[in-house]
Amino acid sequence: MSGTRDTAAVSTPAAALLEVRDLHVRVGGQAVLKGVSLSVRAGEVHALMGPNGSGKSTLAFVLAGRPGYEITSGSASFEGRDLLTLAPEDRARAGLFLGFQYPVEIPGVNNAYLLKAALNAARRERGLTELDAFEFLSLVRAKTQLMHIDESFLGRAVNEGFSGGEKKRNEILQMLVLEPKLALLDETDSGLDIDAMRIVANGINSLRAADRSIVLVTHYQRLLEYVVPDFVHVLAGGRILRSGDRSLALELERRGYDWISGQAAA
Amino acid sequence: MSTVDLDALVKRSYQHGFVTDIESDTVAPGLDEDVVRLISRKKREPQFLLDWRLKALRHWYGMREPHWAQLRYEPIDYAAISYYSAPKRKGDAPKSLADVDPKLLATYDRLGVPLHERARLAGVAVDAVFDSVSVATTFKDKLAAAGVVFCPFSEAVQRHPALIEQYLGTVVPYTDNFYATLNSAVFTDGSFVYVPRGVRCPMELSTYFRINAANTGQFERTLIIADAGSYVSYLEGCTAPMRDENQLHAAVVELIALDDAQIKYSTVQNWYPGDEQGRGGIFNFVTKRGECRGRNARISWTQVETGSAITWKYPSCILRGENSIGEFYSVATTNHYQQADTGTKMIHIGANTRSTIISKGISAGHGQNAYRGLVKIMPSATGARNFTQCDSLLMNEHCGAHTFPYLEVRNSSAIVEHEASTSRISEEQLFYCRQRGISSEDAVNMIVSGFCRSVFKELPMEFAVEAQNLLAVSLEGAVG
Repeated sequence: MSGTRDTAAVSTPAAALLEVRDLHVRVGGQAVLKGVSLSVRAGEVHALMGPNGSGKSTLAFVLAGRPGYEITSGSASFEGRDLLTLAPEDRARAGLFLGFQYPVEIPGVNNAYLLKAALNAARRERGLTELDAFEFLSLVRAKTQLMHIDESFLGRAVNEGFSGGEKKRNEILQMLVLEPKLALLDETDSGLDIDAMRIVANGINSLRAADRSIVLVTHYQRLLEYVVPDFVHVLAGGRILRSGDRSLALELERRGYDWISGQAAA
Repeated sequence: MSTVDLDALVKRSYQHGFVTDIESDTVAPGLDEDVVRLISRKKREPQFLLDWRLKALRHWYGMREPHWAQLRYEPIDYAAISYYSAPKRKGDAPKSLADVDPKLLATYDRLGVPLHERARLAGVAVDAVFDSVSVATTFKDKLAAAGVVFCPFSEAVQRHPALIEQYLGTVVPYTDNFYATLNSAVFTDGSFVYVPRGVRCPMELSTYFRINAANTGQFERTLIIADAGSYVSYLEGCTAPMRDENQLHAAVVELIALDDAQIKYSTVQNWYPGDEQGRGGIFNFVTKRGECRGRNARISWTQVETGSAITWKYPSCILRGENSIGEFYSVATTNHYQQADTGTKMIHIGANTRSTIISKGISAGHGQNAYRGLVKIMPSATGARNFTQCDSLLMNEHCGAHTFPYLEVRNSSAIVEHEASTSRISEEQLFYCRQRGISSEDAVNMIVSGFCRSVFKELPMEFAVEAQNLLAVSLEGAVG
């Protein structure tokens, strides 16, 4: 949250970390994204807002490579590489992280085991040595404290029997351990009480850095009080209808999404 | 056919699998009393055993192959099977590993059987069954010091005939079922374990069975007796080389646990499953049964079944002693055109007997996987309890899972619980793992291992690792 980061982003218009151009996507024959363009440079925090069904989650899933989406035209690149031809695991290893809105339960799979496998996959990609169980645990321990997660969490099955808030905190914990270059956080704030919201926001903020970008997909501007974005975009009907700075989120809050939709229709 | 046909000694080189090229002592195909007498004579068996075999054979003539299982296969021609095959040896039985055919040892090496020093480091005693004759046994001395008898069945017949006569066929009688009866008539070898009163067996006992010669049925017979207050853990691993024709495997395992004794029997079965078109593979028709004969006795079956073209297997427990416990933990995988009909029977006879059944079936390819289980509470079994959990995991839309739970409760104080589930491996779970940078193959293995976790944790450590690896190999490419 330093001013220098913003200045750097503005003064050196480096190539974007994520560059989405005129992306059209269909799901089950239905056009969901109808020409989305988005440019995210290193160090920036973007908020992607919009009403339900506007295509926010679809955009996050398509960028992460979830099967089942038909990309009819447009492009997306990550550090200059064509993102859309990469397998989901390759995108992840390249440094793209998706925080899920509804993290899935995987019975019998140890939370720490999954996380260690994920971290070591990323480390192999970067030419680093894999961490052994001891090194891994000491790394994770500090992060669990930051996220107010009890260590016993690590020994449980992935997301199994977690409360909604615990699942979201676990997503952020994973993000902190994996240290991605780009984090897409899909409604990480939904279903959180105010204390959990602060913890999650702290976690996200602790990761902000000049070489790292964050895209917050959110319905409300509540999270943005804690994680202050550099840019705000409003997605509705499969298009980004408006982009601006933090004040756009506040205006949205005051006037509602109809305001934007109405403008677009006019 | 009356005598061993020495001309039938097979000597050829093979291209498939890793068939060991050694001379075999094989009788011509077919089954009659002469063959049974020949087997018994070759083994220098006492009269009681020959008589028992002949009673079984005569009984078998009047039996029909059972067809109630959820299995489909071409009829087996029992007259085309050779009922005895032994590696030909120079002189008598090998007295030490140095006497064992080096090619045989090389085969074990490829199978990863720990012999020599490796075995001692791993703390595993191996009674290796190669086709029908046990050729190498390790650590007998250490076991002997504890008073534990662990040897090939044929040796036990020579050295402990009284124990054999007392216990053989008391859990699985020679009249039991088509395959067990056939086994009783023609079994050639197997393992024998006797753990004396109050002794905790100092190491895990392990046997690797391997089918080598073509067209020889495998009829192992294993008998394990845990005397009062003793404990033994027994590991059985199975592999077979690749071969085109189907081969019959009809083993019998009998376990007897007396007062306060515990037997833990773990199997990792990886017989050749046939190819992707369903050609070849082992037909595995096995009868495994344990009896908790004494009070507070406990028998646990843990099995991981990844191989065989056909699996017909129901490791069961007869809970006769008061407070005795029976357990069955199973992972059965079917891929390609494999078929498995497997489960257990828990027969509660004594008061306050308890049983637990955890069955995990995984179906991939065109595999068909059936769980068939019987929980029977006899009128005498006051306070009996059973908990059954049957979960099936489907990897695609071509495979199948079937559950046939049978319940017979004849004592109103019994409590019987049954839980069952069938699920698809979920695209959501796969994507979640892949989004964390884990390859789709690794993700499948991780999810499947998670599904099997409650069974794997019952396996001894080194076996659990092997089981996970086998599962990974057998499900390779199961999800696209």
